[in-house]
Amino acid sequence: MQRVIRFAIAALAALGGPAAAETLTVYTYDSFTSEWGPGPAVEQAFEADCGCDLEFVGVDDGVAILSRLRLEGARTRADIVLGLDMNLVAEARATGLLAPHGLDLSGLSVPLPADMLDELFVPYDWGYFAFVYDSELLPVPPASLRALVDDSDAEILIQDPRTSTPGLGLLLWLREVYGDEAAAAWHRLRPRIVTVTSGWSEAYGLFLEGEAPMVLSYTTSPAYHMISEGEDRYQAASFAEGHYLQVEVAAKVATTDQPDLADRFLAFVLSPGFQDVIPTTNWMYPVVTPAAGLPDAFAALVTPERALLMAPDTVAQSRGAWIDEWLVAMSR
Amino acid sequence: MPMIELSGVTYRYDHTEMAFDLTVDAGAFLTVIGPSGAGKTTLLNLIAGFERPDGGRIVLDGRDAAGQPPAQRPVTTLFQEHNLFAHLTAAQNVGLGLHPGLRLSSTQRDMVSQGLAVVGLAGFEDRLPRQMSGGERRRVALARSIVRDRKILLLDEPFAALDPPRRLEMVALVDALRRDRGLTVVMVSHLLDEVVGAATHAVFVQDGRILAAGTVDDFLAAPPVPEITGYLGTRPRPRAVPRAAKRG
Amino acid sequence: MNSRPTPGVLLPGAGAALALALLVGGALIGLLLAPEGAAAGRPWVDGYVLAVLRFTVWQALLSALLSVGLAVPVARALARRRRFAGRALLLRLLGLPMVVPTIVGVLGIVAIYGRSGLLNEGLGALGVAARLDVYGLSGILIAHVFFNMPFATRLLVQAWAGIPAESWRLASQLGMSGGQVFRLIEAPMLRQTAPGIAGLVFLLCFTSFSVVLVLGGGPPNATLEVAIYQALRFDFDVARVVVLATLQVAVCAVLVGAAGRLARPMPVDQTLAPPVERHDLAGVWSRALDAVAIAAAMAILALPLAAVAAAGLAGPVAAVLADGELWRAALRSLTVGLSAGLLAVALGWGLVSTSRELRARYYRRGAADRLELAGSLVLVVPPFVVGAGLFVLLRPVADVFAIGLILVVLVNALMGLPFVIRILGPPAAQVAERHLRLCDSLGIAGWHRLRLVDWPLLRRPAALALAVCSALAMGDLGVIALFGTPDTRTLPLLLYHRMGSYRMDEAAVTALVLLVLSLLLFVAIERGLGGDADD
Repeated sequence: MQRVIRFAIAALAALGGPAAAETLTVYTYDSFTSEWGPGPAVEQAFEADCGCDLEFVGVDDGVAILSRLRLEGARTRADIVLGLDMNLVAEARATGLLAPHGLDLSGLSVPLPADMLDELFVPYDWGYFAFVYDSELLPVPPASLRALVDDSDAEILIQDPRTSTPGLGLLLWLREVYGDEAAAAWHRLRPRIVTVTSGWSEAYGLFLEGEAPMVLSYTTSPAYHMISEGEDRYQAASFAEGHYLQVEVAAKVATTDQPDLADRFLAFVLSPGFQDVIPTTNWMYPVVTPAAGLPDAFAALVTPERALLMAPDTVAQSRGAWIDEWLVAMSR
Repeated sequence: MPMIELSGVTYRYDHTEMAFDLTVDAGAFLTVIGPSGAGKTTLLNLIAGFERPDGGRIVLDGRDAAGQPPAQRPVTTLFQEHNLFAHLTAAQNVGLGLHPGLRLSSTQRDMVSQGLAVVGLAGFEDRLPRQMSGGERRRVALARSIVRDRKILLLDEPFAALDPPRRLEMVALVDALRRDRGLTVVMVSHLLDEVVGAATHAVFVQDGRILAAGTVDDFLAAPPVPEITGYLGTRPRPRAVPRAAKRG
Repeated sequence: MNSRPTPGVLLPGAGAALALALLVGGALIGLLLAPEGAAAGRPWVDGYVLAVLRFTVWQALLSALLSVGLAVPVARALARRRRFAGRALLLRLLGLPMVVPTIVGVLGIVAIYGRSGLLNEGLGALGVAARLDVYGLSGILIAHVFFNMPFATRLLVQAWAGIPAESWRLASQLGMSGGQVFRLIEAPMLRQTAPGIAGLVFLLCFTSFSVVLVLGGGPPNATLEVAIYQALRFDFDVARVVVLATLQVAVCAVLVGAAGRLARPMPVDQTLAPPVERHDLAGVWSRALDAVAIAAAMAILALPLAAVAAAGLAGPVAAVLADGELWRAALRSLTVGLSAGLLAVALGWGLVSTSRELRARYYRRGAADRLELAGSLVLVVPPFVVGAGLFVLLRPVADVFAIGLILVVLVNALMGLPFVIRILGPPAAQVAERHLRLCDSLGIAGWHRLRLVDWPLLRRPAALALAVCSALAMGDLGVIALFGTPDTRTLPLLLYHRMGSYRMDEAAVTALVLLVLSLLLFVAIERGLGGDADD
């Protein structure tokens, strides 16, 4: 019997997949690793340079990266986490699981106050959350967040703030606009939320299938349709209150067994091999503008008059309570 | 010489306290009659070792049977039903009497065929129970008891489901086996007249006690206790000569 | 030998019961003692928890009513009409949802009832503006009906078969109409049986996970199981997990206690006893009613599966089949399915082989019943709670994601156990009752008894139990969602992932592969191991 058990364990373990010696494991969100995302190009470019194996482990979305890291603690396989955003950096720092990157961030073009850049997190792209709408289903989108909540009958698709950085972004966006009235606003919005997905890709996919005329995404999303499909049917709604800013960051895991490779990868993140593919694969603004400039379609995108961003410490302090509040508002 | 001796055997089941004292001589054919639920099957189960007595002594063939598992007692049993495994052939069912894992030598296989021949089923080796009649299935079970070669044969109404002519035929077969092999037979039957001509002795069981015991002739001649009358059968009684009932 | 059971008799059952106690007890203790459990500064039961509980009960109630409500006319038609075109097909379809992986069924349902599904396209073509929304309560109900209506129908057909033939003969002699037959004969039978069946369906839907995960559409429509999953996987909020799990166990225990019996009725492979000739069936209305019921049942069951097949065949079959990821996931699923099935059957056999001896040899009915009840524990302590408990318990000592597949096997074996006991228990007990004395008198014991008596007589139910458990475990998208990583993705998880990243055409092919493999696994075990019917 014991032999059978041992065999079963060995067999199950063997099904776990291959493991190479020089492997750099990067935890990121699903859409980053998809074949249309930056993953394949980044992997090819970095592997050609380092002669190692770059392995992406995709989880639902950005917030889930942090949950996963916490869950696994010091035992984690991750060498790099890529896809947290500024809303999560304070909590990520508090885990004590991350190590300094040692890079100079001063020249980056990212709309952040200089004091928000620090020794742990390397920003690699940024953008503004926005509701993207299908102009054939919804010719006139709401002109503000308040209009969306109270003066619209458009159905929307959103992401779960417990797993997804856009979901969390929207939670904070409503906080910024409504303050303590946010829960009530969510409650009013609720009937028009078709579904809450755990990741961005699923919500966007449902949107493209016509499940709802609006989806929570980015001001930069329409660029994809213009460039890849020559289609201007999908547009981002410009909201009068301003748009919540997202800056996505990468960091090195302190327990990594590949510290040199990890450093090399973080440096690579700021190089053209990574930055140049961001606009047309991750459909975000790069932190280092490509030599050839941004694609023309980016000029046609909505540019918010105000960028909204909460201090990371505020978010870290209140995220749990606000999510509880959101759960209650959404389920009651 | 007694083959079966039960002395002061008690057994409690479901609030019924049973108590049996019984002696069966070697070579006898004892029939057990009595109402249903009286304890007839329990009596057989105690002898076979399926039930363990709460008190008293059971001696089989001169040996105390206490602690002897059923398969090691000098006993073989024919049940009311399910004497054969439906998925095994006649030869396999008989062969189980020689080895409980069916590992048979060629001599043993010959013994199986001979056993089947003795009960009139030569050539039936490969038949499955469902391909045989009710009488044939009981013959297979008898063939198994033959190859097991035990001195005591217990029968718990195994022929009840057969039609009357077939039943008499089977009783005659059992009796022939007893005479040829010197078996001691204990058979539960419904009515005494089923076994007339074969059985030598009879006991009447009621409420977990043996109320009367004697030769079959005694029983027929003069029912020792009035309760027996209903279990004698429908044949015209031989002349009634009163005799003292022997209890034991 | 009505004395003390020997160690040899007790060992298998005691061993299996101990394994169960360790697994379930360990998980519960793990949850209750979790260090994170105490430190949450909010009330134990807040508005969210209450809302989740309310929704869980509400959807289960509606699902049970709908499933049984639809099953009644279908079962009635099946019981009345012994010969009609497609009867054999319908009977086979009624058995399918048992084997169809939940996620595949859900995909088929989206294909039929989704925004751009067949139904809405059809309504649109007819100019009907109203559109059915498959996400949320309506989708959950549709899926629950798809999976549970067949189950309820099969149980009801049995109930109909239980009406004595004399009742029908009397009815036709007295010249009762269809309506009178229903009122005087069928309705009283339904009053006796339908509540129990509805209760069972309620319990199954109360603990529903995959359906609600995929179709629920977020916090407004979360069941306790989904909420446990999210609290654990999204937030690692153990305090909330403990509250939700406690509620779940409490409600299930009350339900099961109220239902009076723990085991699910044997769901597969019953024969339908043919009723007597009926003379109340010729009327136009009764024919129309039966025809509608039969057609509706066919549509409800066949359309989603046909959609899965059609979409799968129309998808990028070659590309998906050429993908090593798919086959690695398939191999993992097969391994998980078979391992869980074998473990479930081994545990179940341990319990059953001891309980039947206790019953037949020692007349200890009570002890035997309690032992079998232990095997049905999972109905009270749902697998997700066990999964969550093991997760929390093992996290400090092991990488739960690395040993995820082993945990998935354990929990799935546990889930299969009630089926094993239900399928294997009665025939095993019957074999013991019939042959115990014969075996004893011939000295057939231990290995000989297993080889010569139990195996030939019980291989069919054993194979069926293994087939059911393996297929269930293979198609499971429950605990694997908790423990799964990209390295340990099973086929259902890969499918869920592809649906999640909206690669629907790949998902369609993956779903078809999963469906075909599940059916193949089931048939291969049932036929291959069970052998041909020879009695």
